[in-house]
Amino acid sequence: MHDSILDYRGFRYLWTALILSIGSIVAYLWHDPIGVPNGGSWLGYTLGTIGALLILWLLWFGVRKRRYSGATGSVRGWLSAHVYLGSTLILIAFLHAGFQVGWNIHTLALVLMLLVIFSGFFGVYAYLRYPAMMTRNRADSTRDAMVAEIRELDGQTLQLADKVDKSIHDAILSSIQHSQLGGGVWAQLTARDDSAMALAKLKEAVLKNDGDAKQSKSGQTMVMMVDFLANQANDTQSENLRRLIDLVSRKRALASRVARDIQLQALMEIWLYIHIPLSLGLLGALTAHVLSVFFYW
Amino acid sequence: MSDIFEIAIVGSGPGGISAAARAAELKVSHVLLEAAPHLSNTIYRYQKGKHVMAEPEALPLRSPLEFSAGSREVILGAWDEGVAKLGVNVRHGAEITAIKKLDDHFELSIGRKDKVLAKNIVLGVGLQGNIRRLGVPGDDAPFVQYTLDDPDEYEGETIIVVGAGDAAIENAVALSKQNQVVVVNRRDEFARAKEGNLRAISKAIEDGVIECYFGTAPERVDKLSVGRKPGRLILNTPKGRAQVLCDRIIGRLGANPPRAFVEACGVVFPNADPSAVPAISAKYESNVPGLYIVGALGGYPLIKQAMNQGYEVVEYILGRSVEPADEPLLRAKFQTMPGFSSVSAALEKVQSSVPLLATITPLQLREFMIDSGIRTPKSGEVLFKRNDYTNSFYCIVEGQVEVLVDEAGGKRVALGPGEFFGEMSLISGRRRSATVYAGANCVLIETPRRSMTKLINSVDAVKKLVDRTFVERAIRARFGDEATATQIKEVVSGATLQRFKAGETLFREGDEGDCLHLVRVGSLTISRTIGGRDIVLSYVPAGNYVGEMAVIGGSKRSATAKAAVATETIRVERDAFRKLMNTNPLLRAKLAQEVKQRTAENITMQAAASGGDIISFLVGQGLGEATDVLLIDESLCVRCDNCEKACAETHGGTSRLDREAGPTFANVHVPTSCRHCEHPHCMKDCPADAIHRAPNGEVYIADNCIGCGNCERNCPYGVIHMSAKPKKKPGLLQWLLLGAGPGPGESPYDPDSHEKKAVKCDMCKDIKGGASCVRACPTGAAIRISPEQLPEYAFARGP
Repeated sequence: MHDSILDYRGFRYLWTALILSIGSIVAYLWHDPIGVPNGGSWLGYTLGTIGALLILWLLWFGVRKRRYSGATGSVRGWLSAHVYLGSTLILIAFLHAGFQVGWNIHTLALVLMLLVIFSGFFGVYAYLRYPAMMTRNRADSTRDAMVAEIRELDGQTLQLADKVDKSIHDAILSSIQHSQLGGGVWAQLTARDDSAMALAKLKEAVLKNDGDAKQSKSGQTMVMMVDFLANQANDTQSENLRRLIDLVSRKRALASRVARDIQLQALMEIWLYIHIPLSLGLLGALTAHVLSVFFYW
Repeated sequence: MSDIFEIAIVGSGPGGISAAARAAELKVSHVLLEAAPHLSNTIYRYQKGKHVMAEPEALPLRSPLEFSAGSREVILGAWDEGVAKLGVNVRHGAEITAIKKLDDHFELSIGRKDKVLAKNIVLGVGLQGNIRRLGVPGDDAPFVQYTLDDPDEYEGETIIVVGAGDAAIENAVALSKQNQVVVVNRRDEFARAKEGNLRAISKAIEDGVIECYFGTAPERVDKLSVGRKPGRLILNTPKGRAQVLCDRIIGRLGANPPRAFVEACGVVFPNADPSAVPAISAKYESNVPGLYIVGALGGYPLIKQAMNQGYEVVEYILGRSVEPADEPLLRAKFQTMPGFSSVSAALEKVQSSVPLLATITPLQLREFMIDSGIRTPKSGEVLFKRNDYTNSFYCIVEGQVEVLVDEAGGKRVALGPGEFFGEMSLISGRRRSATVYAGANCVLIETPRRSMTKLINSVDAVKKLVDRTFVERAIRARFGDEATATQIKEVVSGATLQRFKAGETLFREGDEGDCLHLVRVGSLTISRTIGGRDIVLSYVPAGNYVGEMAVIGGSKRSATAKAAVATETIRVERDAFRKLMNTNPLLRAKLAQEVKQRTAENITMQAAASGGDIISFLVGQGLGEATDVLLIDESLCVRCDNCEKACAETHGGTSRLDREAGPTFANVHVPTSCRHCEHPHCMKDCPADAIHRAPNGEVYIADNCIGCGNCERNCPYGVIHMSAKPKKKPGLLQWLLLGAGPGPGESPYDPDSHEKKAVKCDMCKDIKGGASCVRACPTGAAIRISPEQLPEYAFARGP
């Protein structure tokens, strides 16, 4: 029922790509050019033309994807073909060039093309791997719902902290004010979240309140700390502290899930920021390549 | 007795106001009684600037008052002006509590003391009813209110919301942002609320944002002159009496449906169905002589219809005859009928030749005919095809039609004048079960679903006849191929209709198998208890039968059958059925074959038990009543939202699907999008009859939508929105290359436009290539399936 881009219609475009590749290899082996194989032979021109048309067609995907009432096939079919035929382009380009490279505009086009294709490979990997991870990470919730819950937990935490002690309230408040999810590219990709800080600050504040225990208890876990406090503070206060820690831990779990969600989404999108600008660069280089070949022939 | 009015008009809606204006124009003594301090309360309460439409367009307006499509303000303004100019005798604040028939006139009680006398009454009270008050001493205090227009108006107040319905919850939650809110609920839970509201209020209570008194009734409202709060509410809680100081009390206790009041006036309703309307004569007179009914209460929910009736009813009361406003429409309709002379002759002919319509009132017949079409198809023309999703209903006036009952064998059954067909799809909401061809010289009445359903619900005789025919035809179609007419008759006479609520059990595994069920409406799930757990084995849509295994084998039930949604079945008794089977070896062999196949399917499904979990999950998401649903495989979905963008781009800028919302189970995600239900909830209450089903099953909203929002409220899946048209935007390449205009999927609608209409998924029925959401999905995550494919789908994902 659901089939992925790779096995679309019984691997229709994998076969297309294979036939194209094998045909090109056979022609290349069979062809006996004057001198070394290169783009100047008739086969070189033929492969070059095929390659250039393929590049233009691959670029057109960006338009087709957004032509929602377009009736030429499904976007899924287009993407499947985009992946397989795009991969074939590596072979065709090298055969076209007769495996010659140098410091010139022609090789620049080749390098750009390879970068575009390899970033695309990462895209395929990301599309096959991350969606399921994302669903698992979300555990039946949505990002909006999780963020809303975090906000609410923040509110509850503050209320509770207020009942415990002013210094703890301050610690919680500053950790809330400083907590941040997402942000720049790096923050998104590394799934950075500051929720661990809240726990640390809380710990710090508790310990500061309780001067005696400063050195000896600093390495202990929160739970033990509360137990320790329970011996001196009154019952309600330690109960509140316990709940406070529950809330902060819950928030921490949520925040890292949201950060992970952002990270996965970013991973699924980041490659496009290389793939697309470079493909436009490729279009420029390709134009220069074709024009220069005709001019300096 | 000079203080007896000639006409008393109750309710100043479109019907009442038009009647009063006509009476004033003719200088007939009259009084217009309105409970609210303004005219036309229902329209008055529309949101500011709302565009009111004037459907049906073809119907001419006949009223001393003006009315054409326009904003709420313009329409109300024109009416106020007209009423003032004509000198209509209006009495505001006059809530009628009782109507008593005296010798030659009526006595109308206003409130507790006041009275008005009148010879004739025009009842135009609509269907909204009067708002329920707290009903305790002090409930008229200035800080007690029964509506809430804008929750943001209030800030820093203590507000008590009394009530437990959706309106109460929505108000309470909205108010709690800026105010201290206390909810008073007579019961122990919020049983009547929608799922989303229930979640919101439970959470608010749990978080301590809203305080709620359960099982508590208000006892008294006191005005306070000292202290910071203007009042207090005394409550009767399960633990004793309590008092809450407050700034404001908002009663949201719903409205008293007008039916009880109308019945108390002596008017008879045909049956207990909530959608039933009282039978009235061609002159709008009810069974109580002198008491006339116009507007929505009489079954005419549109403004223009009601205004015309208001005009006509005054004419009739004065003993004049007036050609009904719909006469030209009917004439145009009947024109195509061979031998047409006059509308009344044509109506008579319809009623005399179609027994189904013989018992309905002239007014019902007129309305029925206005909604219907006369068809005179050529001989051999296809009226509808098998597997089409159309659901109109046909009566044969003349000639005959042929029903192709056996697709392979080409066997046809003829139906003659006076018979009807198309009831199967109408009732089950499923595809047509057979193709129907027109015979020679045939004249048919084709009636849309809504009008037919309304008639069935309003006239018991029609309901009985349609039901009996349905049972007979269903049994014949399923089991009757080889049986004689008498044999079938025997089975049919013992068959009964049974209704089941969603989740109700038809029979349990291990029960004695005393009958089989032919599913007529709704659907079932079949499950077995394996290792102490219910494993769903299959899903049975309408048109199929269950329970035959035990009936044939004569043993106990091998599985449990449960209604997936509200379901109706035809119950066929075991003994009658066995008799039929024993005389028909062919039928027996056929059934044995089917039993074998079903057993095999069940065993396969049992092996892939997690597939059964997927079925239960999807049935829980409303697939039990769906005909086509969008599913997303989350292991393939890259969250690019191209589906939503495609939907918005192909449908005037508003996406009709919300990809992210909705539950997920085993990577199968059911986004918030239309399921194209068999019996669409959205169609239930559409005054303009703008929601239809296309032959391929798409439920869509036509352009004559008046933007009332009923469908949005009625949809349990939240897939209908009110939306205005967006501004025009530049082409794709201009955006792609030059950054001109909003991008794909981004087209905010014109904020100044108040002409909002309902929008919903139409499965891209007008676009070549099928649903855009599916075609735009780059990874194949989005697919659409119908419930028939459900077992196959579940099995494919099962292991």
